[in-house]
Amino acid sequence: MTQHAEAAPRLTRRQRRRLILGGEYGIFIIAVVLAASLADWGALKTNFAEWRVAKTVFPDIITVGLRNTLLFTVTGFGLGLITGLVLALMRLSSVPPYRWFALAYIEVFRGLPALLIFIFMGTGIPLAFPGTNLPGGVYGTAAVALGAVSAAYMAETIRAGIQAVPRGQMEAARTLGMSQGRAMRSIIIPQALRIVIPPLTSELVLLFKDSSLVLFLGITLEQRELAKFAQDAASQQGNTTPIIVAAICYLLITIPLSHLARRLEARQKRGQR
Amino acid sequence: MTTVNDSAAVQVIELYKAFGDLEVLRGIDFEVRRGEVVCVIGPSGSGKSTLLRCVNLLEEPTEGNVYVGGVELTDPDVDIDAARRRIGMVFQQFNLFPHLSVLANVTIAQRKVLRRPAVEADRIARENLARVGLADKVDAYPAQLSGGQQQRVAIARALAMGPEVMLFDEPTSALDPELVGDVLGVMRKLALDGMTMLVVTHEMSFAREVADRVVFMDGGVIVEEGPPSKVIGDPAHERTRRFLSRVLDPAAAEIED
Repeated sequence: MTQHAEAAPRLTRRQRRRLILGGEYGIFIIAVVLAASLADWGALKTNFAEWRVAKTVFPDIITVGLRNTLLFTVTGFGLGLITGLVLALMRLSSVPPYRWFALAYIEVFRGLPALLIFIFMGTGIPLAFPGTNLPGGVYGTAAVALGAVSAAYMAETIRAGIQAVPRGQMEAARTLGMSQGRAMRSIIIPQALRIVIPPLTSELVLLFKDSSLVLFLGITLEQRELAKFAQDAASQQGNTTPIIVAAICYLLITIPLSHLARRLEARQKRGQR
Repeated sequence: MTTVNDSAAVQVIELYKAFGDLEVLRGIDFEVRRGEVVCVIGPSGSGKSTLLRCVNLLEEPTEGNVYVGGVELTDPDVDIDAARRRIGMVFQQFNLFPHLSVLANVTIAQRKVLRRPAVEADRIARENLARVGLADKVDAYPAQLSGGQQQRVAIARALAMGPEVMLFDEPTSALDPELVGDVLGVMRKLALDGMTMLVVTHEMSFAREVADRVVFMDGGVIVEEGPPSKVIGDPAHERTRRFLSRVLDPAAAEIED
């Protein structure tokens, strides 16, 4: 026994841990019960989870809404990836004007709300250059707008990826007689792209959500993507259920993608190639 | 002044290299004859790696000339990529391409630079991998190999280009002690085959047995050079003696002020 004089019996470490854990669970349960008792379940059900309404949006919400969302995302991502790669190489160029242009582009497009760029693309471009038509109509314009925004973010990611490739790789390639450009194409960029796959997957998730901004380009019924489709259906039916259906569609894509990004990142941390 | 010697494999004339205010090379003159094996030794910071990297212009000399096989690499109008094809280099950190298999590491420059057909590049790669004792590792990836195996692949990769000169920059310094022997064995065989080699190394036994000539550098200049029996066996300069005693018997070295 020690000499410590203790007035009250102290808790052991195990007792204290149980007490804290019990308290934390208790607060959680009280909060859930409180929220559940305050909610009007009947109203919630008829407004957000009306099966009859949900059935009316199928299959169009998939064949039109989700299909267009995916189409906008994929074309925008493809265009953004190529533009981003070019911008990243310009950022690393030894020619100062290239660096300045890339930096200016990145700062402008990352600094503006994507919404503003879509409004500009939808109304500004036709006003400024009457008669110009991007190939693919709204689909082309959407790809350009989404690509323009995502390129700015991807450029910075890819630049970091290129710089993360060890200097010795370039030296080894040059020593074998490769030109700077050849070494970039065959040795540096393939490794850099591997490094940036996880962050680019996250970028794809962001783009998938941002594709809803396409509605600001002025689209026809056939060109509606998920969000717009759900909004129209909701106001038509006077019921919010289509929004919930659209939300579930989004999550069915974004959650597996985010999960994939995390797994790729974890795999890279372990150093497997 | 030294004159240009067309028969030399490598010739370095009045070479200076400074990084900002730091003068790393302060007037280097030396040459490597065809078929000769020259080892460069010296304390760290003596400029020996920088000298090697100047020979294929990975570092641009501040002043002076470098000739390899009669071509001046320091000429601003030289086709540097063409010149480097004739100079193989092996790095301390191997620098294999991690995204490519062993075979692809050895074929990629043959295909993209020399434009060899796939079948020929493949055959030459396999020949050179067999030469370094790794014929069975063609499908492995660098990360699956030991350091010694990676360094031997790096040697095969350089040899596949058919170089006239091979540069080795401390090729065994990053290896576990038990793996050093395999790499030195490959290098010894290469020397016996008549390859012209310029080797920066701390392996005194290798320098003593394999080198035709040893160059001792300190403070950015060549202090002495000659056959290994002379430079390592019976050095003329105090600096060389002090360096050798520290390298050959590190435990006995005294702490200097």
